[in-house]
Amino acid sequence: MFIEFFYILRRKGVPVSIKEFMSFIEALYNGIFQSSLNHLYHIGRAFLVKSEAYYDAYDLAFNEYFGGIITENVDLDRVLGWLENPLNRLPKMSPEELMEFQKQLEEFKRTHDLEEMMRQFRERLKEQKERHDGGHKWVGTGGYSPFGAYGYHPGGIRAGGESWMQSASKVAEERRYRNYRNDIILDVRQTKMALKKLRELKREGSEEELDIEETIDKTAKEGGEIELVFNRSRENSVRIILLMDTGGSMLPYTELCEKLFSAATQANHFKEFRYFFFHNCIYQDMYEDIANYKNVPTEKLFSLFNKNYKLIFVGDARMAYSELFDVNGCIDYFSTNDKSGLEWLARIRDHFPHSVWLNPTHRNFWGHYTVDTIGKLFPMFELTIDGLKDAIKALTSRTKNLMHQ
Amino acid sequence: MSGTPQGYHGSEDYIASKALMEIVNVSVILKKPLVVKGEPGTGKTLLAHSIARALNKKLLIWNVKSTTKARDGLYVYDTVQRLNDARFKDKDISDIRQYIKMGKLGQSFTTDEQVILLIDEIDKADIEFPNDLLNELDEMTFHINELDEEVSAKHRPIVIITSNSEKELPDAFLRRCLFYYIEFPDGEMMERIIRVHYPDIEDKLVREALKKFYWLREIDGLKKRPSTSELLDWIKALSLGGIKIDKINNEIPFLGTLLKNEQDTDRFIRVSTNQGGFGFKRR
Repeated sequence: MFIEFFYILRRKGVPVSIKEFMSFIEALYNGIFQSSLNHLYHIGRAFLVKSEAYYDAYDLAFNEYFGGIITENVDLDRVLGWLENPLNRLPKMSPEELMEFQKQLEEFKRTHDLEEMMRQFRERLKEQKERHDGGHKWVGTGGYSPFGAYGYHPGGIRAGGESWMQSASKVAEERRYRNYRNDIILDVRQTKMALKKLRELKREGSEEELDIEETIDKTAKEGGEIELVFNRSRENSVRIILLMDTGGSMLPYTELCEKLFSAATQANHFKEFRYFFFHNCIYQDMYEDIANYKNVPTEKLFSLFNKNYKLIFVGDARMAYSELFDVNGCIDYFSTNDKSGLEWLARIRDHFPHSVWLNPTHRNFWGHYTVDTIGKLFPMFELTIDGLKDAIKALTSRTKNLMHQ
Repeated sequence: MSGTPQGYHGSEDYIASKALMEIVNVSVILKKPLVVKGEPGTGKTLLAHSIARALNKKLLIWNVKSTTKARDGLYVYDTVQRLNDARFKDKDISDIRQYIKMGKLGQSFTTDEQVILLIDEIDKADIEFPNDLLNELDEMTFHINELDEEVSAKHRPIVIITSNSEKELPDAFLRRCLFYYIEFPDGEMMERIIRVHYPDIEDKLVREALKKFYWLREIDGLKKRPSTSELLDWIKALSLGGIKIDKINNEIPFLGTLLKNEQDTDRFIRVSTNQGGFGFKRR
């Protein structure tokens, strides 16, 4: 039972495991569920979907398997057309009539359930051919019918429009979780997860763990005079420097770089995280801001940070020959450089043994002389989740970049 | 199930959606931990309080911090105390039991009645933390090494785990739990929430305030988007300050109650004076 549902879920990209599906089925047989699809929808989701990012995919799968329960292919635009420009008033009612409505509301709540309402709603939609306002049967505005907008019916279905009376039991809108399917957010999260691998646990910080072995040793040596020995607890000691290219050829990859950048800034498990920007290639100055206004001498990299910092370049490494190899090759007209970009890069490489270069362009397009040259200085990886994982492996390996020495 | 009197149906000071109530009930019946995720201010923590009140059970709260280790929740063996007692010989130290102190999870296993255990902000701890609790939450047992004893739950506690959307929890952990994502309340829901807190506030004020509030939340690039509790503070300030409604239309009085850091205030000023967004500027 429901086996097909499992496969539809998987096909729609919801990562359901067998264990999860089994507990869902188990709960089903134990009679946890009310015989209501609405109920099944919510409970099933709690069992099978473990991230709001997949809620939308679940909706689609549920819809496919249980067929038209959540939405049906109605011509929504046509229906919404009927509901435009509502009769600009609620039906007039005396206090006695209002009392009567209150009673009806209670009655209605008792006798109607949502599925029944939805069925009627769909039926009514099929039958209805034109606009109806102020009536009590059809989908329309300003009326007493349970269906439509801007009207008054105890516990009816509101199709679009703003709620006036706030008693509609379900707004006939579809796929409300579409916004959570934000693949950018997902990517940032994945990136963060990848960055999390970047850690070295070291004993640092305040001493708070009792070292029992040491304590016993010390105490024995002191002849029974108790001597407590504490250890520092373990903390991540990774310090990161990110150097990002903001040059014109990087423009198509802005979004990708922004993701990496936001993931790195949000990941709060680094001991220290510093970032600088440069334009195409690095010379005597780097910049603190993206717009490259506040410059910082590149020398600072060497004076402020020791070799234990891990350095990550992000850039396409693609530039004019002169920008990398020539003195005064800098692309900015008003800048001069008395050492070539290559020289600066080599100095950086020598100072920071743990350094990698992330390239947002596809590996197939790396066949360019400046890319090749830089690729020989720094291990180069694609800026993809997999590339990032490899880069992090390279950063955390204990040996230096021997291959390039 | 819906007819059972013990079922959870929300409590008077907490508004839960029907779907959430149903899932809480399933979680209670199956005794499966429930992971509740959502933006700050969507009432994740309050849910556990509300369940405790509605079901009339004791609530144990385990506040997770970045330094919290899974073991802390089970038990702590107070070696230092024991060493000290040994030093001064004024106590019988042969009974290790007296130096074992149960953590929150341990307490929830050993109490004589079923309790509700709230593991609050589980994502604050190390990424491995949830994995360290897999067996304990699954089997509801753990082992005390010092006593060589197995502790198993007398009554499986109802476990509610909250997590902010910031960090991803491990799959293996999530597989063992029920999951519910609390959406940020929409306008209608929010109005109901405001009504619960301030029943006699003017309708028009609420409507205008809500409009402004949701507009503010839509601004890109805010570090901390204002949430329910900020809104409630703001509305209180507005009504106490006797602010004219049209004033809300043009400016935001008491902005400090909504935006709590300088950058966000700058950002707001920039947006409201139409200076455009920021991002990766290129030359």
